[in-house]
Amino acid sequence: MSWHRKHLLDIESLTAEEITAVLDTAREFKAVGERDIKKVPALQGKTVVNFFVEPSTRTRVSFELSAKRLSADIINFSADASSFQKGESLKDTARNLEALNADIIVIRHKAAGAPHFLSRFLNAHVVNAGDGAHEHPTQALLDVFTIREKKGDITGLNVTILGDILYSRVARSNIWALRKLGANVTLCGPRTLVPRVFEEMGCRVTYNLNDALADADVINLLRIQHERQRKTMFPSIGEYARLFGLNRKRLAATKPEAIIMHPGPMNRGVEIESEIADGDRAVILEQVTNGIAIRMAALYLVNGGQQDAL
Amino acid sequence: MAEERTVLEAADLGRAWRRVAHEIVEAQADGSSLMLVGIQRGGVALAQQLGETLGTLYGAPVATGTVEPGLHRDDLSQRGMSELHPTELPGDLAGQTVVLVDDVLSTGRTVRASIDALLGFGRPKCIRLAVLIDRGHRELPIRPDFVGKNLPTHTDERVEVRCDDRGAPQAVVLQSP
Repeated sequence: MSWHRKHLLDIESLTAEEITAVLDTAREFKAVGERDIKKVPALQGKTVVNFFVEPSTRTRVSFELSAKRLSADIINFSADASSFQKGESLKDTARNLEALNADIIVIRHKAAGAPHFLSRFLNAHVVNAGDGAHEHPTQALLDVFTIREKKGDITGLNVTILGDILYSRVARSNIWALRKLGANVTLCGPRTLVPRVFEEMGCRVTYNLNDALADADVINLLRIQHERQRKTMFPSIGEYARLFGLNRKRLAATKPEAIIMHPGPMNRGVEIESEIADGDRAVILEQVTNGIAIRMAALYLVNGGQQDAL
Repeated sequence: MAEERTVLEAADLGRAWRRVAHEIVEAQADGSSLMLVGIQRGGVALAQQLGETLGTLYGAPVATGTVEPGLHRDDLSQRGMSELHPTELPGDLAGQTVVLVDDVLSTGRTVRASIDALLGFGRPKCIRLAVLIDRGHRELPIRPDFVGKNLPTHTDERVEVRCDDRGAPQAVVLQSP
């Protein structure tokens, strides 16, 4: 077993072996979810806090269900109902959560690096559930898990990530994970949202959609993150849909065995045509199911890990 | 430097394991409601091998599966987590006589965890325990029903069962610290 870390903060610092350890562990947890009794006592008596300082429903629910299937107690603590509005600092709030004897703190925050910051002074295990536009490690892990399930080996696969790369933590974490596992990554979208600087992460950047889709084995569509854009980065949603949306005509020109992924929530009619989202090439709902298995694996592994972040 | 010596050889082990098969047939005349379940990882190959012997004795194949005790251990926080392997049961447990199979029985904690894991899948008629080696040092009230060899050991010694590709036990090695 090649996992010794106390926290799961990002994908960037993980090795390919560590990523594979999470995927292999998740495979066994997926089997647990398919049983009649979907619960194992692995984290019995442990307390997990879902500390969400940025709105999120699906990631929070996914972590919540994962913790419950491991028999941990989980409480949700979200910013809108909290003391932030009364002026308490992030550090103090986190220390208060730890004083409740929380064993694992799952944090979602709009500031990049917030989970790393907490991990430096908390004794609890920290799991990053998305920090600003930086990383979203469990999303990337569930994406590569789904790809591995559908395609076997990741090495040598052509994965195209399409859409808002600049503001996307999902894209960053996915790029790290896919590159470490040996996939070829192509990024495509409007020039304003797909800067050339991503070539330094070992990706191919293209603004020609047909070129990006032609040899893809996996097509991962990202949502346009209205909430993170300081100003409009393209003229209109309609134009984005016309230029970069995946429609049936474009899909027809792709490899017939290429799978379509989306981390959700999706905007039907913008980045993806409704029929494709519901079609048999889409694995979007399987990603949701696999998310539980990956988050169970993440909670289970960090709970057993002792090694602090380097 | 750890000292290592072979305490049991293939011929002894083969005879003992065949005797266990005969004892199981004696206790359970009906092979069709019998299920062998190997405990990951040491028990899996042994259960396979036992299943082959029993298949010959009953004249019909015996259902064989595996169980992973890892998620049900009581010492997860002390030992840290171990690699997880599949739990694969060949059918419904209801009404079955399940024989859990492991290579070495010691504290009994792995067996306890395996029983809990099994009960998450259903309610067998009964669960029995077959082990190749019983080395003692029990910490729980667990007793094997079928034992290949009793092997008195010190707590700080390590017992390792080595099998060939087909799961036939080849040697039992005792490692002293």
